[in-house]
Amino acid sequence: MRNKFSKYAVPFASASVLALALSACGGGGGTGGSTGGGGGGGDASANLDSRGPITYVQGKDNSNVIRPTIDKWNAAHPDQKVTLKEQSDQADQQHDDLVQHFQAKDQNYDVVSVDVVWTAEFAAKGWLQPLKDKTALDTSKMLQAPVKAATYGGTLYASPVTSDGGILYYRKDLVPNPPKTWDEMMADCSIAKQNNIGCYAGQFQKYEGLTVNAAEAINTFGGKIVDDSGKASVNSPESKTGLGKLVDAFKNGNIPAEAITFTEEPGRQAFEAGKLLFLRNWPYVFNLAKTDGDSKVKDTFGIAPLPGMSGPGASSLGGHSAAISVYSQHKATAVDFLKFLTDTDQQKFFATQGSLAPVLGDLYTDPTLTAKLPYLPTLLTSIKNAVPRPVSPFYPAVTKAIEDNSYAALKGEKSVDQALSDMQAALQAAGAK
Amino acid sequence: MSTEVPTRAGAKAGQATHHMPGRESADRKQVTQGRWASLLLAPTLVLLAVVIVYPIVNAVVMSFQKDAGLDPATGFFVQGGFAGFDNYIHWLGQQCNGTACPPGTLGAQFWSAMGTTFFFTIVTVILETVLGFWMAVIMSRTFRGRAAVRAAVLVPWAIPTAVTAKLFVFVFAFEGIVNKLFGSQILWTGSEWPAKWAIVISDVWKTTPFMALLILAGLQLIPDEVYEAAKVDGASAWQRFTQITLPLVKPALMVAILFRTLDVLRMYDLPAIMTGGANNTTTLSILVVDQIREGFNSAGAISTLTFLTVFLVAFIFVRFLGANAVGAATSSGKK
Repeated sequence: MRNKFSKYAVPFASASVLALALSACGGGGGTGGSTGGGGGGGDASANLDSRGPITYVQGKDNSNVIRPTIDKWNAAHPDQKVTLKEQSDQADQQHDDLVQHFQAKDQNYDVVSVDVVWTAEFAAKGWLQPLKDKTALDTSKMLQAPVKAATYGGTLYASPVTSDGGILYYRKDLVPNPPKTWDEMMADCSIAKQNNIGCYAGQFQKYEGLTVNAAEAINTFGGKIVDDSGKASVNSPESKTGLGKLVDAFKNGNIPAEAITFTEEPGRQAFEAGKLLFLRNWPYVFNLAKTDGDSKVKDTFGIAPLPGMSGPGASSLGGHSAAISVYSQHKATAVDFLKFLTDTDQQKFFATQGSLAPVLGDLYTDPTLTAKLPYLPTLLTSIKNAVPRPVSPFYPAVTKAIEDNSYAALKGEKSVDQALSDMQAALQAAGAK
Repeated sequence: MSTEVPTRAGAKAGQATHHMPGRESADRKQVTQGRWASLLLAPTLVLLAVVIVYPIVNAVVMSFQKDAGLDPATGFFVQGGFAGFDNYIHWLGQQCNGTACPPGTLGAQFWSAMGTTFFFTIVTVILETVLGFWMAVIMSRTFRGRAAVRAAVLVPWAIPTAVTAKLFVFVFAFEGIVNKLFGSQILWTGSEWPAKWAIVISDVWKTTPFMALLILAGLQLIPDEVYEAAKVDGASAWQRFTQITLPLVKPALMVAILFRTLDVLRMYDLPAIMTGGANNTTTLSILVVDQIREGFNSAGAISTLTFLTVFLVAFIFVRFLGANAVGAATSSGKK
């Protein structure tokens, strides 16, 4: 008997341990998994006038921006102190941490920092306080794209706090006048060939960065991934032109073949090593390319808005917003804190201390800021022309549909037509019907 | 699970339950022992029930629920309700809303992920067994600096997998050391087979030491006299290997292979970090984690399916191939 039992004991025990590992993640979300429908209900209308201490939740504060900000708030509001809860610096982990706490209806997650692409999901789950009526927020001075990204179903659910957009880095020693359109840039590729370097690169590995780049190509040439009512609308001639431009550039070598493995960092390194004529990347590259010991392009690179169809291209939008949890006990304080985060002084501080792009349009031409961050005027053009990535409560599925199919197209495994019709079908299956 | 209370009687009676002449109290003693054993095991069993049985049952229950859907009128999520076997049909049949899942959805990847997982399992386990055996044979010899070699071999195993993966990201980057060393221009993470081999190489580098150590433990249990006797009888080195080493090391070897197989079947970190699952390197575990972000209940179904797959493989190993960790331990105890 004992022998027989032990015969099964090993696989059972090992398999059980495995199952534990697998289901532990899923189990966490089991009970409160889908408590939607609460958006207009009880939690959202409770505690609107209540004041008191709150907690602010955001990812790791690597450049020491948020601590001094909170200290300043606390000095002015001793009876409504804000406590910082710092998450990890991985976006996925931040997302999952927020989901778990919202599911548990945690009252201690009063104000949370959300990536622009999470807003719709959290709002549709009924976890975010709609910013209207008593909790309304003035967004008239803010840039429109970040506000649009924080809006779901016509209601604002989060206050944009920082923004981000793509800009074009180019070699001004080789190209005196930066290209304004995609076709001009492709024409300049002959210069790259003469100098025996790659012409253009962005982020084309299959990850979120590819969604950003593919969406930029599609939006720049007038395509739309989802239309204004949220329906999938990517299978259009305009999208075909846009995605086709990237595919063609890969085919004829204007985008070097290795760029299919590029995320932000390998692209930056290639550009700094002088191996690229043009690079699409985020503003963070600017200071690094200027100051890195290895950078060979310190004094020979310039920046320009992304090239478009006839003018600036449509950048995808990055950045973070701050939202109030519907379960917060002190929403009046929370609203004041949102206003505090977006007032001119704080926005300036974020920019100078952490190089975080402001959401107030006026600051982009502020001389004290442009002296420190010379790319701001260029970035303003980029953000003014930016199109948010699809605002969808099914964003993880949406981004997968875009990534998988555009990746196959860039690698030539699928025609652009096929990729777009598959993308359309996958978006529909994802829920963007 | 076969924990025995180590008493003087237990040490000898471990193998069989024969009554020993002249010890009438043995029967009673065993009953008391049995009670003691269950009492001492109870806390462990309760703990296992809490941390293993509950999550598994919970995952299975969830897998029969629909994921929350969007109410088009309000734009808010509503509870999905009972789903029956829909989630399982979704994965096994790769069906989305009644039609085949289009490329670019997780549902379309179930069988390819299954194939990829088994590809990694078969290839890496074979490579690791062969290389591990070789390393074990070397380490079992007596030579100067043997301790140093053994310690050195352990290093890859001691490095956390996530760090290993990051390390190999740099090694296999386009401007990385592999391409520099061989003067090649291979996009290791940019197309299917190079990506798969990059992952296989990383995994073999990391876990062969584990294999080698388990096999080494088995090798050291073989007494030298057996080899000496064989030599006297005129057996060649090859004969000694196939007739003595292999059969005697088999119990330890099978356990090592079983452990590795179960380990690779749930491989997540290496492909997740090195390729992000691109180019057909998505394993079942990656699919589970991706699905968790899209909907818990459907993720419950695929994790249950993964669990059953691994269970089946483990069962086959133990039932038909004779891998038996407990058996190996007892038989080694005899020597």
